Amino acid sequence: MSDTDLLGLVERVVGWVGEGEAVEAYTARSRHTEVRAYEGEVESLSSAETEGIGIRVIAGGRQGFAYAATLDEAIVAETLAEARDNATFGTVDPFAGLAAPDGVAPAEIDLWHDELADFPTADKVALAIEVERVTRAAEPRIKGVETASYDDVSSEAAVASSAGIRASTRRTVCSVYIDAMATDGEQTQTGYGYSVARRPGDLDVAKAAADAAHRATRLLGARKPPSRHLTVFFDPIVTASLLGLLSRALSGEAVLKGRSMFADREGEVVGAASLTLVDDPTNPLAYGAGRFDAEGLATRRNLLLDGGVVAGFLHNSYTGRRSGKASTGSAVRGGFKGSPGVGSRALSLAPGELSQEELLATFGEGLLVQSVTGMHSGSSAVSGDFSVGIEGLMVREGVAAEPVREATVASTLQRMLHDVAAVGADQEWLPGSAAGVTLVVGDMSLSGS
Amino acid sequence: MIDDTVAQRVLGTALSTGGDFAEIFAEDRRSSAAHFDDGRVEQLSSGRDRGAGIRVVRGDTTGFAHTSDLTESGLSAAATAAGAAARGGGGGVREVALTRRNPDRPSEVEILPQDVPKSAKVDLLEAADDAARSQGGAIHQVSVSYADGRRQILVANSDGLLATDDQVRTRFMVQAVATGDTGMQTGYEGPGATVGFEMYDDVDVTEVARTAARRALAMLKARPAPTGTLPVVLRKGAGGVLFHEACGHGLEADLVGKDASVFRGKVGEMVASPLVTLVDDGTYGREWGTYAIDDEGHRAQRNTLISEGALTDYMWDFLRARKEGRESSGNGRRQSYQHLPMVRMTNTYVLAGQDDPEEIIRQTAHGIYCVQLGGGQVNTTTGDFVFGMTEAYMISNGEITEPVRAANLIGNGPEVLKAIDAVGNDFDTWAGTCGKDGQGVPVSAGQPTLRVSAMTVGGTAR
Repeated sequence: MSDTDLLGLVERVVGWVGEGEAVEAYTARSRHTEVRAYEGEVESLSSAETEGIGIRVIAGGRQGFAYAATLDEAIVAETLAEARDNATFGTVDPFAGLAAPDGVAPAEIDLWHDELADFPTADKVALAIEVERVTRAAEPRIKGVETASYDDVSSEAAVASSAGIRASTRRTVCSVYIDAMATDGEQTQTGYGYSVARRPGDLDVAKAAADAAHRATRLLGARKPPSRHLTVFFDPIVTASLLGLLSRALSGEAVLKGRSMFADREGEVVGAASLTLVDDPTNPLAYGAGRFDAEGLATRRNLLLDGGVVAGFLHNSYTGRRSGKASTGSAVRGGFKGSPGVGSRALSLAPGELSQEELLATFGEGLLVQSVTGMHSGSSAVSGDFSVGIEGLMVREGVAAEPVREATVASTLQRMLHDVAAVGADQEWLPGSAAGVTLVVGDMSLSGS
Repeated sequence: MIDDTVAQRVLGTALSTGGDFAEIFAEDRRSSAAHFDDGRVEQLSSGRDRGAGIRVVRGDTTGFAHTSDLTESGLSAAATAAGAAARGGGGGVREVALTRRNPDRPSEVEILPQDVPKSAKVDLLEAADDAARSQGGAIHQVSVSYADGRRQILVANSDGLLATDDQVRTRFMVQAVATGDTGMQTGYEGPGATVGFEMYDDVDVTEVARTAARRALAMLKARPAPTGTLPVVLRKGAGGVLFHEACGHGLEADLVGKDASVFRGKVGEMVASPLVTLVDDGTYGREWGTYAIDDEGHRAQRNTLISEGALTDYMWDFLRARKEGRESSGNGRRQSYQHLPMVRMTNTYVLAGQDDPEEIIRQTAHGIYCVQLGGGQVNTTTGDFVFGMTEAYMISNGEITEPVRAANLIGNGPEVLKAIDAVGNDFDTWAGTCGKDGQGVPVSAGQPTLRVSAMTVGGTAR
């Protein structure tokens, strides 16, 4: 890694603040390794370090932004000048401003493991080859793999501002991932498996391989099902992406700008009583966890839905100020290339009592959805329209039965929240910004033949 | 960006561990964007990305490293890392002689966006916001984005290739939100082209904004989409996404090579209706997916993939082509210098046919008419794919009737291609971003008005 002191750099940039302006500098550096294995050999091995800085300038109620993918000080100075120039073209907004320290102490969590930084490349290669080998050996019908990979990233970030912000974070995460192909006669089906951890010693290659082989083989013989209305059981990973879609309507920015179905509904019942949704980046089990948000405020636990009632929205400093509330420590950015928006990082539904198997047995009939496609092409967090392509298994007499494919399930997010019949007990933290859990939604439309 | 002699020495270093191919991909990208939302210019932003990715290939193994340090020492360090990653052992010194290649430019940029005053870009935003809001009081929110990017690239490899390109792209996007008794609906329009600021000679931003607003307003009156299988007529332009998903990805040689495509081993066979001729054309006009050279230094080409229903060829990047002892088809692309290239589409389109578009609708008794699509996704191994309809109407007795709400359509690539039973004599294109393995690249899709005799519509209507 380059040895630039990130916090020192952003403090230096903030020291260049001019009269009548506010400056915030955010810098991030990450080291990423990716190994892909194919047929027992390394297909590719990439190792790379990325670093850069994003600078926000607010002057006279106007905001400008610029970034550079380098920490070269001459270019950093040009970037500040560019952000300053950009600020002259904004519309004056009385609420424009940076986050100010709010006295909330950051959670004492450590998301960094030196074990990852010291993990030899040869061992990373061995993990990628191993996950492919174990998957191919799991089942005679596994005839190939599309992707077998090991990935890791160690990242550090720092933010400072002329409003008194000074914060830094760092974390490590690693994963193995596999896409297996199962073939039986003419039909080929695919299934994924993965394991994610903060350090390589916690990765479970056997589970990743077994999951991929199981998911691929259980879809063999899948057919297009007839259209009908039924109860849908969403696998944990599918629920996680559903929560991601839903959370967009719980952003204070969407509320302020009239793009949220929950605007003006705080305190009202919008879903089943079994729905309690929290965004808690202070939970070290969450892969989106962190001590600080993207503006350098301490992260905190935010209750969004409480027993089906809208309990609150997520805010960064701007949306909080404009809503007459405080930031909830929910500023997020897409790395150093973007200015802070609002978003969730560690969503989870309060788990219920039953395992997935017990849920299938309890409800008896329906459709178990293993994976979805088109979550972002046929669904909208603004209108609430929800329509996705699915692969999965029909549920009959309380157990998973014949596989189905080339079908969709649809409803609206508004209805689905009310139609939630149960939340599973099988909560697991997944890569990304949400925990998965089996979710049972009654009365959805299955469209097939 | 990099001196020829430096490139030669760095390639020599990259090969010093026994690699049989090495490549430097250097990129200098400047981008600017302006965002208008909620009635105000929210923010202008500018970005600068510059660096180089170096890959070393030894047998079937690729080593890759990248750096933002374009000095000889920075490049040499990356070359050493990539060479080590390719797991070589004592290959000795190899001399590399570079020959500069200057391809014909498919389009000349007239007005570099960086030379345009920022105030002129802001003016476009305000004009678009006004135009969208003028469509009616039900339009209660409008966001408008202006974006431009200039990407200068240099590729040098151990086969002696040295090539450069200067790619300028311009995009304008409007999203309108309308509110009515049935809640909120959105409408979107987002033209983009591989040109400079002169795009606005052809693109009227107020018309773009009115289109987005009209779409949102139309959807307010939409009823739930149907379920089950129906004939689907795709209006010219946006329906190209169907081909991008139904077969485009499945014709990428990297997926075919791993047996992860339903189109493996099908060259020469009939894979589509004889009405379908599909090309992928990186040289096409000033389209969003056009370039002079791909990100491996190979000239963009016009490649026929399906000719009158018969599969003629896959799309190739350098690595996959080299393995098969053939030439790259100019489809090796990457999101940035931080990524390895892979086989990607450019501008993928179906050639116009003979049918009168209005007649296609008139001869459809009961079905769906798709005006705009919102992206899709495919499982290339099974061929199952989805795409979202963001503006669509019912067809009843040959007439376009009421609008239907957003939903995905699902189908199987080989089956849907064979079920195309009418191809119109019109044509249009659509600009989008294609994602594959976490990398996004600009692409376009195009087609004439056409009909698929049966597809599954993912609605809720009982």
